[in-house]
Amino acid sequence: MAEPVKYIDRTRDYYLSQGYAKPYQWAHFDQIPFSRLAKPLSECRATLISTSDVAIRNPDGEGRDKRHEDLVGSAYVIPTETPEELLFSRQEHYDQHATHLDDVNSYFPISRLKEQVALGRLQSLAPRCHGVYTAYSQKRTLEVDAPEVLRRCREDEVDIAVLTPV
Amino acid sequence: MIATAKDIVQNCGVPRLLFVDFPLGNPCGVPFDINMQSDILESALGLLETAEQSGDTTVAPYVWPEGEAWKETIFTSEQPFLEGEAYDNWMAAKQRYRNQKKEER
Repeated sequence: MAEPVKYIDRTRDYYLSQGYAKPYQWAHFDQIPFSRLAKPLSECRATLISTSDVAIRNPDGEGRDKRHEDLVGSAYVIPTETPEELLFSRQEHYDQHATHLDDVNSYFPISRLKEQVALGRLQSLAPRCHGVYTAYSQKRTLEVDAPEVLRRCREDEVDIAVLTPV
Repeated sequence: MIATAKDIVQNCGVPRLLFVDFPLGNPCGVPFDINMQSDILESALGLLETAEQSGDTTVAPYVWPEGEAWKETIFTSEQPFLEGEAYDNWMAAKQRYRNQKKEER
């Protein structure tokens, strides 16, 4: 099995070769919060948080909800009960040569989570899952979008969150 | 967190990481492989139960079924990450963000 791709090195070299002088400053934190699970998973309410640009198809036509069309950055809600077949992603920042985003559960595992609730492994899912559109500002993510997602999670009495970056 | 870009996530730091060594886009398993997706989610839930300290990482025991050639070519000049329309959309999104920031000021 080949080593994992070193994306930080690879992208730095790539963009330097494309004439970008300043390498991207990847987010880095010295202190990472941690809390142990306070109760069994079977008593936990879960949610899903993703940057996969997941969106809801208009049930009566193609294309995504226009309200999201021009947003850059910002947190938005995907109601948990949205039928899986209405979810899709127009994200382009993935390895388009190797794979595709045709199966929402390969990056936004909503149906798999529902199965875990049915099995009793989790108690429930919160009524809202969360998306965050790519922002070109770590400051914005830290000060605006992430706190908003956290606020919504607390409002929904979420115990655990599965995060899926794409 | 379930993620495919191990170095980026570890450089940032997260409480718990399930690393899935797949191409960017499918951290939660091969498309339409329900059994694998269930197994990956279960590994992530298991990590929630067992992790003892910040940064604890588990590696999902899967190899991309179509081989690992993608690892050689991603982000190289032979195979740019974003091309054509995707590149233009990316640039347009960055510009929209700059405009948005200006309006907020």
